[in-house]
Amino acid sequence: MSRRGSIALSVASPVAALAITVIVGALLFSLLGKPPGQALALFFIEPVRSARGWSEIAIKATPLLLIALGLAVSFRASVWNIGAEGQFIAGAIAASWVALQATEHTSRAIVIVIIAAGAVGGLAWSGIVAVLRDRFNASEILVSLMLVYVAELLLGYMVHGPLKDPHGFNFPQTASFPAATAIPRLVDGHRAHVGVVLALGAAGAVWLFVFRFYAGFQLEVSGIAPRAARYAGFSSRRALWTALLVSGGLAGIAGALEVAGPIGQLTAHFPVGYGFAAIIVAFVGRLHPLGVVLSALLMSMLYIGGELVQSRLGLPRALTGVFQGLLLFALLACDAVGQRLARRAGREAA
Amino acid sequence: MVVACRCYIQSMPEVATSETSSRNIATAAGVPRLELVGVTRRYPLAGVIANDRIDLSVAPGQIHAVLGENGAGKSTLMKIIYGAVRPDDGELRWNGERIRIDSPAAARRLGIAMVFQHFALFETLTVAENIWLGLDASMSRAAVDAGLVALAREHGLELPSDQIVHGLSIGQRQRVEIVRALMTSPRLLILDEPTSVLAPQAIERLFATLRRIAAAGCSILYISHKLDEVRALCERCTVLRAGRVTGVVDPRSESTQSLAQLMLGAAPPRVATRATRSGDVVLEVRGLPLARHGAGGTLDLTVREGEILGIAGISGNGQAALLDLLSGEDLGAPSGTLRLLGKDIGRMSPRQRRAHGVRYVPEERIGHGAVPSLPLADNTLLTRSEPVARAGWLRGGVARRMAARLIERFGVKAEGPSALARSLSGGNLQKFIVGREVDAGPRLLIVAQPTWGLDVGATARVRSELIALADRGCAVLVVSEDLEELFEISTALMVMARGRLSPRIAIADATISQLGEWMSGAGL
Repeated sequence: MSRRGSIALSVASPVAALAITVIVGALLFSLLGKPPGQALALFFIEPVRSARGWSEIAIKATPLLLIALGLAVSFRASVWNIGAEGQFIAGAIAASWVALQATEHTSRAIVIVIIAAGAVGGLAWSGIVAVLRDRFNASEILVSLMLVYVAELLLGYMVHGPLKDPHGFNFPQTASFPAATAIPRLVDGHRAHVGVVLALGAAGAVWLFVFRFYAGFQLEVSGIAPRAARYAGFSSRRALWTALLVSGGLAGIAGALEVAGPIGQLTAHFPVGYGFAAIIVAFVGRLHPLGVVLSALLMSMLYIGGELVQSRLGLPRALTGVFQGLLLFALLACDAVGQRLARRAGREAA
Repeated sequence: MVVACRCYIQSMPEVATSETSSRNIATAAGVPRLELVGVTRRYPLAGVIANDRIDLSVAPGQIHAVLGENGAGKSTLMKIIYGAVRPDDGELRWNGERIRIDSPAAARRLGIAMVFQHFALFETLTVAENIWLGLDASMSRAAVDAGLVALAREHGLELPSDQIVHGLSIGQRQRVEIVRALMTSPRLLILDEPTSVLAPQAIERLFATLRRIAAAGCSILYISHKLDEVRALCERCTVLRAGRVTGVVDPRSESTQSLAQLMLGAAPPRVATRATRSGDVVLEVRGLPLARHGAGGTLDLTVREGEILGIAGISGNGQAALLDLLSGEDLGAPSGTLRLLGKDIGRMSPRQRRAHGVRYVPEERIGHGAVPSLPLADNTLLTRSEPVARAGWLRGGVARRMAARLIERFGVKAEGPSALARSLSGGNLQKFIVGREVDAGPRLLIVAQPTWGLDVGATARVRSELIALADRGCAVLVVSEDLEELFEISTALMVMARGRLSPRIAIADATISQLGEWMSGAGL
């Protein structure tokens, strides 16, 4: 297969997967007794019709994009960090602690500290995975996943205990953060904040790292051809640590932006599964920074569409999860079929 | 189906020719259990005739060896007998009757059983469950247990039938495979390199078992490249070389050297001996232990400037461990055992060694010497630092120009620098990899199986590059199974067997019989 052929395949497959998802979704809506056209419009047209819609898409796409970029780096190195949700939560907790130290007189510069704290929280969490994998050869898949539950319990402890709002009528949440800690908004009146810019900047940085830096090349070779990496002398330990720290750090930043941005406090229920959805985003985006930007937008629309069909058509919000699952399944199926076709074509050519 | 029918018709004239040449018919009286006449199998895509008019005759109850180097055509022949590969030509006879074997299931129905080199056992199941699962016909568990008891009594094949396979030794696992094969009461048992995984005591036990099985009337086809084993065990031996039968002998009355000669062929005519202006010692290996091979001994060798030292020997005798230590993929060399121009390099990473002029071309091209899914330009980055600027910035243009230059200079047939490595044929990829290392101007080049699987043109090209490199003063170490190749390019030879190295011998003094003896492990 030529290089161009493999690129064509990697683009065609997500597009076909999206088409399958839409068709099956339409079928699903008609089975539920709702007009499929109207329902699909709520998913794919309604969110982009207004500035407010775009702002909401950006709000949800920002954490998805940040986390998925990190996962793309990690998965390229064949380091299967599936616990970004935990790193997201750990970042949010660290950022919240910093935000709660602020007073009315604190400078706006604290926002930078909050974001940095988020990154530290996230990479500390993924660093645990790296240590266990590096020292004890524990499966990073299991460890990172299990640490998600640990992070959720830690979050519960924090909002019920040390970080609980003393004047909050015993609700499991922190006090609202002081105004100085709010992530600056892009445009007054819309909730979208500068995190979008940060996420897009991260996409550019990841692109440079992966395609223009020797370290990124080494990481990729470790992932796709470990034997060749050893031959070349690329360190597999370094690849492991880089992959986990980058993905954990980015997930932590996403957590910080989430609590200090649209939410403004830490609550027990702020994580809505971005860390898991980002796995789908990364794969649908073909682990390519540009692809991940597009698929993060798509996934964000699915989230908003789910909320819209709930409020307008009275359908369960779980449809968002159904669509996410459908999309991933369809993608895997399209990949498998595509590879088989390519192999057959290759055989016939030979 | 079409292929199979065609070979039926074409095989008719073959019968007449082979019956006239009856020297290959086994000595045993009566009808042979299995007879192959003029069996031919071609792989046109690879341009290889794996089996060229093979005759083979196995008498009932005979232990018959098929002896040959890697790539001599042994596996293809066994696959034909076991129904996994169809012959293009020739015929098979079973107890005198002409037959066609379309699938392994058909072979098993005839009474042919095979024990593969690599075991296929479920680690989490017990011995009895594994045997039960491996049987074609539905047999009750009770019948399996009864059969195990019977086999244990008959052949001394005791097995802990309730034990989980996970806890068994390699020898015991092999016994499970053999018992599984014997459960169907085969008339012919094929064993593919059965001793390659066994310790010496386990080999003795295996041989005793095989003799008992044969005494009970089951024929055994024993595939091997180990001369001493064939001489110890087998009554008859068909020797293959390059897809042809080079002799049918009684191995018990042959010497190791005469068998080696049949297997390896006569030494090719010497190329005009090159003027060897060998200079300073470049690589010095002193007392290097091969921990992974567990042979207990240590290795010594030196390679000088301008010299090509060939290391002959059958793969799997410690070459991989040695190459890993030399290249730096294994950093386990004790200090002082590896020196480059006097400097201790045992602890240096592959990249540091490259910086000191040590370059390596591994045996595997795909996935080891090159990353198949990346373009050639990116594959230069594996071992070349020129495209890497300060701070690790990649200069794509430099990498592309370098790949283009290698393609041009070494005659690589490829679309260009952006062609994926896997899109190249084996020979062209090897030319690219060798070129990538040669072009770096090494002090020491280590090459494993430089022309394995290559066609004539690529082979000649690669060999001449290695010779030219040595003539420019580089020290070259070639590890190869191909004796012809080593005779063609080396200035001196050593043999590796059982994790040890033979004394060094100048190419002018090397004889096939001496090398064959060393290869069998004698005198090391």
